[in-house]
Amino acid sequence: MSLHVDAGTPRRAPVPPPRRNARRGPGRTLLSWLDLKAAPYLLISPYYLLFLLFGIFPLAFTLWYSLYDYDLAGTVTWTGLGNYTALLTDSAFWNAVVNTLGMFAIATVPQILLALLLANALNKRIRGRLFVRLGVLLPLVTSVVAVAVVFTQLYGRDWGLVNWILGSVGVDPIDWKAERLPSWLAISTMIDWRWTGYNAIIFLAAMQTIPKDLYEAAAIDGASRRRQFWQITIPMLRPTMIFVVLNSTIGGLTLFAEPTTFYGGNVHGGSNSQFQTVSMFIVEQGFREFDYGYAAGAAWLLFLMILIGSLINFLLIRRIGGNK
Amino acid sequence: MTTLSAPADARARRTKAARRADLWKATPVTKIVLTVTLIVSAFPLYWMIVIASRSNREATDIPPPFLPGGNLGQNIQRVLSNEDAHYLAGLTNSIIIASTVTVSVVLISTFAGFAFARLRFKGSRVLLLLVLVTMMVPLQQMGLVPLYRMMVGLEWIGTLKAVILPYLFNGFGVFLMTQYTEQAVPNELVEAARVDGASTLRIWWNVILPAVRPGMAVLGINTFMLTWNDFLWPLIVLTPDNPTVQVAINSLNAKYGTDYVLIFSGTALSVVPLIVVFIAFGRQIIGGLMEGAVKA
Repeated sequence: MSLHVDAGTPRRAPVPPPRRNARRGPGRTLLSWLDLKAAPYLLISPYYLLFLLFGIFPLAFTLWYSLYDYDLAGTVTWTGLGNYTALLTDSAFWNAVVNTLGMFAIATVPQILLALLLANALNKRIRGRLFVRLGVLLPLVTSVVAVAVVFTQLYGRDWGLVNWILGSVGVDPIDWKAERLPSWLAISTMIDWRWTGYNAIIFLAAMQTIPKDLYEAAAIDGASRRRQFWQITIPMLRPTMIFVVLNSTIGGLTLFAEPTTFYGGNVHGGSNSQFQTVSMFIVEQGFREFDYGYAAGAAWLLFLMILIGSLINFLLIRRIGGNK
Repeated sequence: MTTLSAPADARARRTKAARRADLWKATPVTKIVLTVTLIVSAFPLYWMIVIASRSNREATDIPPPFLPGGNLGQNIQRVLSNEDAHYLAGLTNSIIIASTVTVSVVLISTFAGFAFARLRFKGSRVLLLLVLVTMMVPLQQMGLVPLYRMMVGLEWIGTLKAVILPYLFNGFGVFLMTQYTEQAVPNELVEAARVDGASTLRIWWNVILPAVRPGMAVLGINTFMLTWNDFLWPLIVLTPDNPTVQVAINSLNAKYGTDYVLIFSGTALSVVPLIVVFIAFGRQIIGGLMEGAVKA
């Protein structure tokens, strides 16, 4: 990040002064005026053009689709809010909502606590810093599908390593896919394995901006390390905490790849949909049942869930350590 | 430089230094936490190699094998020649898709970042705010149905275009490059070039581009990884005979559920290129990540 970048523009002789240079003729002025006024818009236009086509347009059309009823034969009929009222009384949809929220809670709470603990450890003076940080981030590089494939095998009922370890301490083998809670636990560990290190690095970055004098002053006053952590570190981390939690909320509520791979690439989420998430429900409705309207309605309800979830988490975190 | 400082002063300084050192010393707990984390981080990847280099009979042994075997080459050959997975096509497609998306996202973000950070124009604040707001919207899920219908209408289902186009832009990239340009290119440099009569495009090429190259690298690596690992959208718009590498693994997983060795070999083969990139650029990735985090 050197600021002394060679600008590459060969310096011209100081005479004639640049002012006159810019006013060589009327055409030149018009051109440079145009350049000054229009160039910024030209520079941002690729982004907004693509955003309009592949961002705004689909978003608006999702709303449009959600007002129609599609059936397998391809007939389309207007239903108004029919899809939404049907969704709100559809036990399959609510099942997906409960599964999503359940896995989100089981995955996120330990993940953030572990990430804080890990960041605190990384913030100490340690040997081989880069090596340790790379090791911590290694899971992030691994694709979700790869993670899910490996963990699904580890959680296998008959030959899985987890059951073998449990068996060696006398616990009966668990059929991780068959029941609701075990499947949620298994999927949550996949999420946490992949994201805890990433969040720890984000926390670490924020921790390093906290002035060290604060800790030294606290230590002189006799505050224990634990107390320093809760009274200094946590309140100072609040903005980062908001970022991390909002990120986890969006990621957690749109969960798709892990549970899908866990059930062999099937979006049904287990024999009784015991781990089908809302994203999987959307795909099942839209691309297995071809009920586009229903899927689009579910997508809007998912968006609503994310907004509410983000708001609740935001308010909660603002309260934590609010004594700063 | 008070070389003749009183001894008391020196002692005070030394104790302060000692206390400072003590506060940041790694305790046994620190070491345990880090060691356990490293083992847990590495184990599933190690396990992947163990199973990928064994035979199916060994993979389902009880107790399971803990050391790699000698079948890796043979297993990978089975993956590459598998008729359902189209693994090689998937690998090629993933490279094409991830590279195209990366180049586009980096270029578009660098353009927009320059405009937002160093040019004055009407509506720039609102437009930048719009970028930040849309970073919160899960576009993948929200736009799924209309985007799919759009691809059907264009008859692009099963083609790489359908995967690439919706990913060519990225709000996070614009945000990152705006931050980066603000920090790496002093305003005076842009003004000076302007006074010298350089056009906006020339300033971008000669002043901005050389200065923001490290930021572009971080964004590029991030984008490549995200695109390489993406699953939901390719699964929906591609067909199994022309997949991405993730979709190919999914096909293996769906068709050969208990042929762990085959599935694991395919998975390992998809992960290794990224780990190589990650280790090669590790320092920059971590630096970029931590810098971005503080500013967010």
